[in-house]
Amino acid sequence: MPQLRTNTDAGKDAGKDIVMTAPVKPVISARDVSVRIRGQQVLHDISVDISPGEIVTIVGPNGSGKSTFLRALIGAVPLTSGHIEKPAGLRIGYVPQKLAIDPALPMTVNRFLSLPRRISAADTHASLARAGATTLGKRQMADLSGGQFQRVLLARALQERPQLLLLDEATQGLDQPGSATFYTLVEELRRDIGCAIVMVSHDLHVVMAASDRVICLNGHICCQGTPEIVASAPQYRALFGSGTKGALALYRHEHSHSHDHDHTHDHPMTTMKRTTDAG
Amino acid sequence: MLDDFTTRAALAALGVALAAAPLGCFVVWRRMAYFGEATAHAAILGVALSLGLSLPMVPAILVAALAMAGAVTILNGRGHAMDTSLGVLAHSALAAGLVAVALLSPVRIDLTGYLFGDILGVNKSDLLVIWGGMGVVLGLLFWRWSALLTATLNPDLARASGIDPRREEFGLTLALAVVVAVAIKVVGVLLIAALLIIPAAAARALTHTPEAMAMLAALLGATSALGGLWVAFVLDTPTGPSIVCVAAVLFVLTTVIGGLRR
Repeated sequence: MPQLRTNTDAGKDAGKDIVMTAPVKPVISARDVSVRIRGQQVLHDISVDISPGEIVTIVGPNGSGKSTFLRALIGAVPLTSGHIEKPAGLRIGYVPQKLAIDPALPMTVNRFLSLPRRISAADTHASLARAGATTLGKRQMADLSGGQFQRVLLARALQERPQLLLLDEATQGLDQPGSATFYTLVEELRRDIGCAIVMVSHDLHVVMAASDRVICLNGHICCQGTPEIVASAPQYRALFGSGTKGALALYRHEHSHSHDHDHTHDHPMTTMKRTTDAG
Repeated sequence: MLDDFTTRAALAALGVALAAAPLGCFVVWRRMAYFGEATAHAAILGVALSLGLSLPMVPAILVAALAMAGAVTILNGRGHAMDTSLGVLAHSALAAGLVAVALLSPVRIDLTGYLFGDILGVNKSDLLVIWGGMGVVLGLLFWRWSALLTATLNPDLARASGIDPRREEFGLTLALAVVVAVAIKVVGVLLIAALLIIPAAAARALTHTPEAMAMLAALLGATSALGGLWVAFVLDTPTGPSIVCVAAVLFVLTTVIGGLRR
């Protein structure tokens, strides 16, 4: 739905212009993708184009097929119908939802970064630096904290200079400031290496603020468009209620004046923002 | 030199240990210990197959081991926990194999050799098969090392890098079947899994990278093989169990040293 994408915000940055300009060849496309897992229809008729440099966030309730969709994009789940179009040799950086490293497997961070292809020490250091994990190189993967582990996963995903970065709840186990920093990092990455980013997340407010497009998934695509449009879409409210909209407004409302403020909540920052709004 | 049975025994034990230990690292990393056990137990079905149909022993064992791997794959994901399916299959295969051997062999044969190995009876062609099998296994591990490691770490991560994790897994299964087929003569059906798992587990305590662990495992495996042979010679004990005992002692040593260094 292109008309949903014409909302140009002064606050948005570089990558968005790429999306706006004349039709570019998508980095990856899903065409009428359906997936069945153990007799359960998990995805049906999903069609999505991801443009170069675009940040797309997938939101949806538990069990709505978000992770399955990402796994379908990398070819890890068999499709019951439809297909995935991607150019041969597309470089994909993938941060899985769960990565349990068996304690029986000794693995330093540096070695992990060189999988599956050996990478020079300088490059390893550079990607660790970019992911904000410079000092971790010699540590064992099993000894890292949740936040450090996520950064290392991101650093590894960046090793291959991805054209497409897939993040499956990449901020799991991070605290609020931690995940905010993480998404700032993601936006920087898009600016620096120009990769398209598709992410799944539960941190609705933070993620949606950083996205060009939000896809609301519940087995099928309920609605999609800019964060504002999705947040006010009835399908989205049906899934998440209007409560999350307040949180979204917290980050976005400088650019958007269309939504109602008739609900009450006691989040201190929200209160602060609402005061400015009123004044 | 190869005319001396002790030399042949030493070379056979060395060959099996050098292939089994690095492969055993993957068995440990992927939590396939029971899978290794089940595949090894299936070897006795291979023996029965060989006796019943007058087939050569090694290919018959390969077929039985691969059939077991296939059965595990099918049963897995049918609502049983992995260790339950493997427990059912491993012991059923062992029991069925023993019954089948008794039924099929014209004369009552001594099963001890198959169960615990008959390393002093290794001849030159056995030796050729063992070192050939070792070459295949080590070649495969060396060739696919990074892909195997990535697929072991996380199948989806492998997919995203363009590696097919199922193909790598099949490669490991094949290697496992080869090790089982060539090791039966050396340590026997019951103790093959020990040669896979114990040196790898012993190496874990002292290493920080997968490569170091595989190499140390090979070294510890070779030490166990030769040490066990020597112990068996000096104390006049059964060879296969002696090899496994030395491996177990090495495991205790490295675990203690690793604990002290921490």
